[in-house]
Parts: sequence; C-alpha cells; structure tokens
Amino acid sequence: MNSALKIISGALALALILGVLARPGKGMSLEQWAVGGRGFSTAIVFLLTAGEVYTTFVFLGSSGYAYGHGGAAYYIIGYGSLSFVLSYWLLPPIWRFAKQHDLISQPDFFAAKYRSSGLGVLTAIVGIVALIPYLVLQLKGLGIVVSVASYSELSATQGVWIGAGVIAIYVVVSGVHGSAWTFVVKDVLVISVAVFLGLYLPIHYYGGIAPMFTTIEHMRPEFLALPAHGESPVWLVSTVLLSTLGFYMWPHIFMATYTAKHEDALRRNACVQPVYQLMLLFILFVGFAAVLQVPGLKGSEIDLALLKISLASFDPWFVGVIGAAGVLAALVPGSMILMTASTLLANNVYRIVRPGLSEAHIAASARLMAPCVMLVAIYFTLHGGQTIVSLLLMGYALVTQLFPVLAASLMRNNLVTRPAAFAAISVGVATVAFVSLTKSTIAGLFPFLPDALKDLNVGMVALVLNVLTLAVVTPLTRRPSAPPQAGSSRGNGYPGSWAVKSERYVVRYRRTRSPFRFSQRLPRTRRCARLCEPRACRRVHFSDLPVHHAGSGRAANW
Amino acid sequence: MRPIHALAALPIASVLVGPLFLDRVTPFVLGRPFLLAWLSATLVMTSILMGLIYRADRRSQAETTPHPVPEKHA
Repeated sequence: MNSALKIISGALALALILGVLARPGKGMSLEQWAVGGRGFSTAIVFLLTAGEVYTTFVFLGSSGYAYGHGGAAYYIIGYGSLSFVLSYWLLPPIWRFAKQHDLISQPDFFAAKYRSSGLGVLTAIVGIVALIPYLVLQLKGLGIVVSVASYSELSATQGVWIGAGVIAIYVVVSGVHGSAWTFVVKDVLVISVAVFLGLYLPIHYYGGIAPMFTTIEHMRPEFLALPAHGESPVWLVSTVLLSTLGFYMWPHIFMATYTAKHEDALRRNACVQPVYQLMLLFILFVGFAAVLQVPGLKGSEIDLALLKISLASFDPWFVGVIGAAGVLAALVPGSMILMTASTLLANNVYRIVRPGLSEAHIAASARLMAPCVMLVAIYFTLHGGQTIVSLLLMGYALVTQLFPVLAASLMRNNLVTRPAAFAAISVGVATVAFVSLTKSTIAGLFPFLPDALKDLNVGMVALVLNVLTLAVVTPLTRRPSAPPQAGSSRGNGYPGSWAVKSERYVVRYRRTRSPFRFSQRLPRTRRCARLCEPRACRRVHFSDLPVHHAGSGRAANW
Repeated sequence: MRPIHALAALPIASVLVGPLFLDRVTPFVLGRPFLLAWLSATLVMTSILMGLIYRADRRSQAETTPHPVPEKHA
C-alpha cells in the first residue's frame, strides 16, 4: 500500500466515523433524519447549500471541462451569481410554506400546493430520475480518484464499490446530521486543495496566472474564447439560464433549505454565496494549466485532467491529499443525494402506494431504500461512458421542468390547474428524455431557425414546450365557477388534505361529545395534521394553531 | 417588490446579455481572459448588490414592525 492510498483510506474512515458519530440521540423521526428538525443556523445552511456546489462536478468535472472545452467552461462561473439572485425571492416563500405545513421533501411541496398527492408522486419520480445521474457522477468521480491516486493499485470499479458502501452506511445511520458535519471537513479540505492547486500549478509551469493565459492564447488561439458555432455565446447564455432555474429545483437543495431555522438565513445566504463561488476560478485554472502540460486526453478522459497533472507534479503523499479531497467531494454530496432519493421514494411514492402505514414504518423504509438506490446508481456507473458535465447537464434539464409549475404555485392567485401541472411536467420530461436518448441538437430538430438560435442549449426546447403546455391546458381545464383548488380532498396523506379532513373531524366531534374544543384522541394509525409521531401526539392540530406540538419540533441536539 | 430590488437586474443582464457581446480573450484583465474576468467580476458585484438589497429590506422591516421579532438577532 503506498502513501497516497493510506491517506485516501484515512479520509474514507474519517468520513465514516464523523458521519456515524453525528447521529443525534435515539429514535430519529423522518423530520429529524431528513431535515434536521428544521433547526440549522445560518452557518450550517450556508455550508449545506454551498457544499452542494463543491462536488465531484467541480473538482474533476469543471477542471476537465476547462481542459477539454476551453472557454465554454466559463458557464460554471456564470450561473453561480444568477441562481443566488433568484434564491433571494424564491426561497423564503418556499421555506414559510414548508414550515407551516411541516413538509419534508420537495414533492410534498407540490402535493400540498396543488392539493394532489398524484402530483407529489409525479414530481418525486422526476426528482429520483434526475438524482440518479447526479449520484452516478459522484460515484464515477470516486472511481477515478481512487484508481488514479492509488497509482492503479485499486481499480475504478473497486473504488466505486468501497465509496458507495461508505455513503450507504452513514446515510442509513445518521441521515442529514451525518452530512452536516462531514460537509464542514469536506469544504475546508476541498477548498484549500483547490486554491493551492489553482495558484501553484500556473506559477510552477508558467510563472503565474497571466503568463499561463498568454501562453495558451499564443499556442492555441481561440481556445480561451467561445467558438462561433456549437458552444457559442448563445449556448453559454441559454445553459446559464437553464442551470439557474434548475439549481434550486434539485430535490436535495430544495430540502436543504427546509433545514433553516429562520428565513433570514436563506436571504443572508443569497448575499454571501456569490463571492464564495469565486473559488471555482481556481479549479478552472487547474484545468487550463493542464492543457499544455498533459495533452492528449480525449472524450470522457478529460475528467482525469486534474489528477493527471497532479501525478506529474507532486509526491505520492500529496497526491494522496488531493485524492482525499476528491473522495470527500464525492462522498458528502453523494450522501445528501442518496438520502434525498430514498426519502422521496419512501415518503412520496411508497406512502401513497400503500396508504395507512405508520410514520415509523415510513422512516424505517426510507433508510432501507438507501442501499437499493445505491445499487441502481452503481449499475449505471459501471455501464456508462459519459463525462461528468454531460451527466450533470442532463440532470439539470430534467429538474428544470419543475420550475414553471413551482413558480406558478408561488403566485398570489395560482392560475395553473392540477391537470395543466401534470401535463406540463410530463411534456417537459418526455422531451428531455427524447432529446437525450436521440442525442438531438436544436440545429437538427429545427433546421429552419436562424443560425444564432441553433446553438441554444437543447434543454430550452423542453422548457419552452413545458410553458406552452401550461398556457394551453390551463384555460381548457379551468372551471369558471368553482375556485380552482377547493373541492373534495382526496386525503391520500398530504398535509393540505389532512387539514381539511381534521377540521371535518373536529366539527363532528364538537357536535357529539367533546368537552375540548381543539383536540381529540386519534386512533393509533391516524396521523394528525401536523405530521407528529403517532405515539407522541394523539391530537388533531389545526394549521392555524400558533404553537407547534413539542413532539415533532425537537431542537437539533447534534 | 420595492424600487431597490431593481438593482438585481444588473447581474442578470450582465450574465445573460453580456456574453453575447463580450466573447473575447483580449484585453487580459488581471491576467485573465476578458470574458472570464467579466463573469467573475459579476459574482463580486452580485454579492455587493444583494447585500445592499438585504440591508434595505431589513431596515424597512424594522420600521414597519413595532416590536421586532427576537429571532432576527439570534
């Protein structure tokens, strides 16, 4: 075992220990497991959302993209600022609604806003389908890091299995608490390694950042600019726009906002995050430094650029440190993604398919589903040859399809009807699937468009069709007399419908025998409107009651 | 939406419109290709502008709410 491999194994062990130790006491409810009891401070919310950015995608993907595609990699710098501008207005209303209704996941939000558990199932499936490539990307990174940094002592396949095992274990044991702590360690290590490499490599090989860019411009003219066709400025702008709209539609990032204790934490986040994104520059510098030093990587090999130039420049022990940063950059976000995907499966699909299950059963099955989701991701990792950035862009194209329906639901008068929401999301996702499977481009689909528009990111087609569907189906399905979202509650297990149901419950009860106005003992299996644990709470709560029941809002004690 | 929120239009325009006209390598700014320097300057500008908007929002909130919510200073 060489020194690099020792350091990487140390990092894996550290992540595992920290993750398992972070487990908060005994008896974690789904709310504790998934959104940390909604008690995280500004600093931790900052780290959770910032940490989402510093994944394998940044560490290997964006340096590789700079190496392989040159100027097109600037898009990564572009969308950072815009998504946080959007978040200033987007997240506080989402957080308020989620808190009022004690929502756990992203599909809960859609289901509660549109009073339709079916829409919850649809958005959950879209979320899971988009999260899988994101998880695959992390595993791919893990495999690459382990095999390259161990000087091929371990194969990429072994790396994937080991890393996947560690993620699955601590997700099952600790949930989001495990992630919060390892995020701190990860961010410190990844950022210090990135800044060091981004400064050291240009100085070592070229004598500075400015000489590096002049040399590249001299040796490969136009590499640092955007090409006139293909990844042109129009491509960059449309990709930035899609990534901006999609950024907060990722189910795990959406869920990370629920962990905030106060909505001000989210607004402060929007002010600080853009500057934090400057760290991405250093990673791009690494990619550009590698262009002339380790030439010849082609296709999906461009993801190796950072590691190859590190191998050529440093002693094994330092390659080990870089490898450890790479491993953590994949493990920690990977755990968030895995946890989200299994929560979606348990809370928003399984619960609806098999109604009447107890809260504890759902929480337990969410943990059991984590290893199953992991196996699916491992399968796709070992049987696919895409680059990291192309996997990410596909995931973005999928989650962006949720944006129009979500934006409409935040309006004071939501005009969009339930069938229109269904139709729009389905049309958008079907288009993304068609486009990714057939590998179409705008130029191929619409040869009659002017040249400038032919370079639009192909995800735009899906988004445009999505909005058009909303605009067409909404007036067709709107009943002029009845208010759009009233009517019978289907009571399939979503907070919106419980509120209606429990009100009915109490009205009937008041007429019969209750000496109490607001509460009644519930049968063992029925849950109250506040989603409390059945054992902790046997009362019917109203959404307008000011005080949250002590049973479910436990302060985080991690 | 208040008038000061219009400041947010600046970074949006800078990222979504800027690259269409500024796709060039020279002149190098601080040693970086021009478009890269432009986009990273936008990041800094975004933070500053959002900070201004946040401060203005906090101030107007404090004026309209007679008893400030204690959580705000936590």
